[in-house]
Amino acid sequence: MIELKSVSKTFGDKEVLQEISTVFETGKINLVIGASGSGKSVLMRALVGLIDVDSGSISFDERVLDFTDHVRTRDIRRDIGMLFQGSALFNSATVQDNVEFPLKMFTNMTKVERLERVNFCLKCVHLDNVNNKFPAEISGGMKKRVGIARAIALDIKYLFCDEPNSGLDPITSRVIDDLIKEITEDFKITTIINTHDMKTVFDIGDNILFIYNGKKWWEGTKADVRTSNNKELQQFLNASYI
Amino acid sequence: MSFFYHFGHYLLFIKSMFSKPEKFRIYVERVFTEMVAIGIGSLPIVILISVFQGAVTTVQTAYQLVTPMIPKSTIGTVVSDSTILEMAPTITCLVLAGKVGSHIASEIGTMRINEEIDALEVMGINSAAFLALPKIVAGIIMIPMLVIISIFLSEVGGMVAGHYSGALTVNEFIQGARLTFELFSLQFSLIKAFTFGFIITSVSSFHGYITKGGALEVGESSTKAVVYSSVLILLSDYLLAELLL
Repeated sequence: MIELKSVSKTFGDKEVLQEISTVFETGKINLVIGASGSGKSVLMRALVGLIDVDSGSISFDERVLDFTDHVRTRDIRRDIGMLFQGSALFNSATVQDNVEFPLKMFTNMTKVERLERVNFCLKCVHLDNVNNKFPAEISGGMKKRVGIARAIALDIKYLFCDEPNSGLDPITSRVIDDLIKEITEDFKITTIINTHDMKTVFDIGDNILFIYNGKKWWEGTKADVRTSNNKELQQFLNASYI
Repeated sequence: MSFFYHFGHYLLFIKSMFSKPEKFRIYVERVFTEMVAIGIGSLPIVILISVFQGAVTTVQTAYQLVTPMIPKSTIGTVVSDSTILEMAPTITCLVLAGKVGSHIASEIGTMRINEEIDALEVMGINSAAFLALPKIVAGIIMIPMLVIISIFLSEVGGMVAGHYSGALTVNEFIQGARLTFELFSLQFSLIKAFTFGFIITSVSSFHGYITKGGALEVGESSTKAVVYSSVLILLSDYLLAELLL
């Protein structure tokens, strides 16, 4: 479970996040939605510890993310896997090396054990025979899948996905969504997805957090989204194709 | 104010590298990889500039020393001393600032804009240490070695040019070179190479690391890395000469 208490962040004069409090439940797919510039990417970066918040706290199963406590921050980060918007694969390394990288850095596995784990992770994301390919040699959808495989290489507790469907065709988007759902259920992890793809919301979302101008504007389940009378949420839904 | 801001940022960047490595063996492997990239990768350009540097210095010194009152071996003395003290470490490192510096800045800068550095951070890896420290260690080991090679090849280039241009014989060149040779000159040259190696790799890593934006900004970082490294090399060259000579 990830708990946010009154999280605020300011860049210059602009308050990007204002007093956001919420809980992301374990084993659920938690979606953060909102228009571009609403603050959801900043929220995601704050959650994974890439930026420090000005006030408030973020705790991962009672462990507070504190930048002054390097050991704890490092321990929390090792429980985190993240799928970046652009996949963020290491371009100079093969698919196998990308997925193997966290295992090399943080485990004492032998080469054979690492290779077994890499193949297992690639199998989880339905990828075969790509071990020796470089990121530049595979499609955008495959890159996302390799990104997921790398994220789950270690036994993670929290999976963060930043716009997992951006730049993908509808069919591949669906594949990625299904994959995230499958992994969340199989590994019993807490998943947080940052998206403005409403199809993802209705396909795989459990809990939805709607951010508007840096504030928590609405929160509820997928079923509540359509029936909500929140004006801004409905505007956001109407503007999308569903 | 901008200078102090960037200098402070640079010092914090250097400080951030000194933490316990996640896995020491991986860092050692990366140091060796970088040593190959910096050392072996720069060898052809170092060979080329060193040979011609020695040859041109010899021919031009011979052109200026026209009086029969000065023995021809003086050309060897002038070429040798200027090569060891200044030409080999400084000119070689200025060229390396362009070659190695731009490569480091663009490599790390591209990783920054592709979110690869963020990916390392999210994994709990000290990205500054992981990316920059092996390059700096490799730089301060390999650049002095390249400077030693440069000194040797400049001397050879000078000897060959002197012989074929008829300015002086090989024996006269060696005699002149040995006349004023001091071990300290070589030590001073290596101190300079060590310092320049640190400047090139750390400044370039820093500029790559703080890149923001896209491809254009990577190019800008690369240019800044070369310019700042070159200026700092010249500045530290003067300071070291003042302090140690």
